[in-house]
Amino acid sequence: MIGEILNIAFITGLIGATMRMATPIIFATIGEILVERSGVLNLGIEGIMLMGAMTGFLVTFISGSLWVGVLAAALVGMILALLMAFLSVFLGLSQHVSGLGITLFSSGLAMFIYRLHFGSPVIPPIVQPFTQVAIPLLSKIPVIGPGLFDQYMLTYIALLLIPLISIILYKTKIGLKIRTVGENPLAADTVGVNVNLTRTLCLVAGGALMGTGGAFLTLAHQNMFLIDVIGGRGWVSIAMVIFGNWDPLKGALGAIIFGFLDGLQLRLQGLGFRVAFDIFLMIPYLLTIVVLVGVSRKASVPAGLLKPYRREEKGG
Amino acid sequence: MTENKEQPVVQMRSITKRFLDVTANRNINFDIFAGEICALLGENGAGKTTLMNILFGYYTCDQGEIFIKGEKADLSSPKDAIARGVGMIHQHFTLVPSQSVLENIIIGTDSGRGFFLDLRSARDRLLEIQKRFGLQIDPEARVWTLSVGQQQKVEILKSLYREVDILIMDEPTAVLAPSETVELFKTLKHLAEEGRSVVFISHKLNEVMEISDRIVVLREGEVAAERKTGKTDVRELANLMVGRDLLERIEKKRITPGEPVVEIEGLTALNDKGLEAVKNLKLLVRKKEILGVAGVSGNGQTELSEVLFGLREPVKGSIKIGGRLLRAGSPVSAINLGMGRIPEDRIETGLLMELTVEENFILENHVSPGFHRSGLLSFNKIHQFSDHLIRGYGIKTAGRDAAARSLSGGNLQKLILARELSGEPTLVVASQPTRGLDVGAMEYIHKRLLQEKERGAGVIVISEDLDEIFTLCDRIVVMYEGRIMGDVPIGEASREQIGLWMSGVRK
Repeated sequence: MIGEILNIAFITGLIGATMRMATPIIFATIGEILVERSGVLNLGIEGIMLMGAMTGFLVTFISGSLWVGVLAAALVGMILALLMAFLSVFLGLSQHVSGLGITLFSSGLAMFIYRLHFGSPVIPPIVQPFTQVAIPLLSKIPVIGPGLFDQYMLTYIALLLIPLISIILYKTKIGLKIRTVGENPLAADTVGVNVNLTRTLCLVAGGALMGTGGAFLTLAHQNMFLIDVIGGRGWVSIAMVIFGNWDPLKGALGAIIFGFLDGLQLRLQGLGFRVAFDIFLMIPYLLTIVVLVGVSRKASVPAGLLKPYRREEKGG
Repeated sequence: MTENKEQPVVQMRSITKRFLDVTANRNINFDIFAGEICALLGENGAGKTTLMNILFGYYTCDQGEIFIKGEKADLSSPKDAIARGVGMIHQHFTLVPSQSVLENIIIGTDSGRGFFLDLRSARDRLLEIQKRFGLQIDPEARVWTLSVGQQQKVEILKSLYREVDILIMDEPTAVLAPSETVELFKTLKHLAEEGRSVVFISHKLNEVMEISDRIVVLREGEVAAERKTGKTDVRELANLMVGRDLLERIEKKRITPGEPVVEIEGLTALNDKGLEAVKNLKLLVRKKEILGVAGVSGNGQTELSEVLFGLREPVKGSIKIGGRLLRAGSPVSAINLGMGRIPEDRIETGLLMELTVEENFILENHVSPGFHRSGLLSFNKIHQFSDHLIRGYGIKTAGRDAAARSLSGGNLQKLILARELSGEPTLVVASQPTRGLDVGAMEYIHKRLLQEKERGAGVIVISEDLDEIFTLCDRIVVMYEGRIMGDVPIGEASREQIGLWMSGVRK
């Protein structure tokens, strides 16, 4: 048994699976970090991912183009994020309620639109999914090469997003504005930063990432849409935001660790242990909870999170 | 000052601002001249901050016009005001504690190449400004590591960085130690000498007399008077501010204190960041004695009061009330040992704003035998009790069924007082008991606390207001960085000495 785990093909396969399983969570985690750093908790994430998954699949099915499907998924993510912005930023409603509302709404809507187009087929329709793209030379590195550098385009994009969002947050003017809006919206307002516009922009950008993450699941990881395709990955991403202490690098690291556990449990299932496969499915989620218990005590939550911003309408 | 004072840099004309049914500013005319320090004096709720928030673009006025440097200004946000050179430093600082000084200062300015921040040139510019005005602060320091006085400097630098030449400061000395106040005044004078204007919002007469060139007094939303500082005195200003002769000084009876009511030994407690906020503290208060705990905010007073209230578990030490040990971190124990607790934040900790006046009255003693029978509340008795307290304390409310949130600040504090004193506590701990209250309510609270002492209770008053401490207390201790700097009977206390202790100087 140990021999099987340690053989090179197994390790290479595990690295590849890790990156594949991590991709949608990296997208969603980074999107959520961007949103939360501006002071909004988007619990619509699970629903937005599902709508992204469905839209990506449907548009690809109709248009025949995978990339058109991905763009449509991102666009739908942005539209749902705008709805979230309208409720939680413009109207100043509870972020918890608005977000959960969007998730519930999206879950219903996704199935509704799917059925509208496909009815209830016995065999789910499929699309020709993305294929892996090997990067010349790098993919020839022994052991890790085929795992890391023979991946989907979307996986490479997810990895590039990690430093990109980090740089935006920490090195640019807009990043400083986002961080200040998330920590002390009054401070931002008094120096002329439009708090609600900044939050809306972050929500929309984050929504695009969440939608794309969802589309990865129906256009690369699988080639069909099932109602449980997201399987709680949105909630896991929320946990990864906390695990990463609202930092894109650490959050993505969390996503990769989750991807590793997910990839590992898939592989362990394949090794023929005489245990119900549900136990394996549970592992990454279980460890997420364990890790959070340890980490969240030291979390430094953006101080403006969950608080709708209004100019105070009563002065001394 | 020799600047041309004929043409004001700011003219506010017939400004009116209403909040729902309250008129905060009524038809106010207010000018600011170049190179002057103008004090805006008035009681809480007189409309000073509102008026300046309008000039700062934070509020829009319902009627009136503003001219800045000769041009009509339509200010719809602080950005517009800053662009015209008007900056304002609020009482609660608008800083992000987790970010660096530099980041806090440059946010929203357009320095830097295109998309990216240019921290290096911003830093050079900041250092230059620091040098010019003598405001030394490490640009890389995280704001949460700075003292309140240093944070205020960051706020001033933030304004100067934006080339503000009309600087509004809202009660800037409220959070400062006396030595920091001296430093602030130097800075403000320096700014005025350079031809900039400073508006100094305050209700402290002595300060206003010391710092300003001109004083505008607001009362109930209107301009009550305007005076050159040299041509008025504290007494006149007080009358203008309150609109009547100030009441006689509160009579404080000399009573010999009795046996100890509370004994604190070796108390050490951490703050929320896990740092030691109270260090090895020893205190003793006797029956019929009011002990004042003075100090600049953030020197462990909040943590001390929370430990006493049973809201914070100390790391070390013991508290005995009437000879019995207070169970650490147990509010119930504090209540059972007969402590009347008046917290510093009435709204956050003292009351439940959505509950009725009556429900707030019985928060602590709804479990006592008089108020329930086998777990069901005995409303007849509770009604009687509530009506009795409302009458006894003169609480202005629509009735015992009114929501607490419908009460004014002074009446909220009376509600807490009524609840806490109704059980005739052996020890009363009052933290910032009159913060934010007007003169009338303040007097009432002071009288009640003195009555408690005469009745035989021991009283601890934790306050940042030295006037309050001197009015009420029999003995003063000063807290500095979690320790007691000095302990002195009121008869032997001098303000200078207390001021030195507050800034950590021990002679």
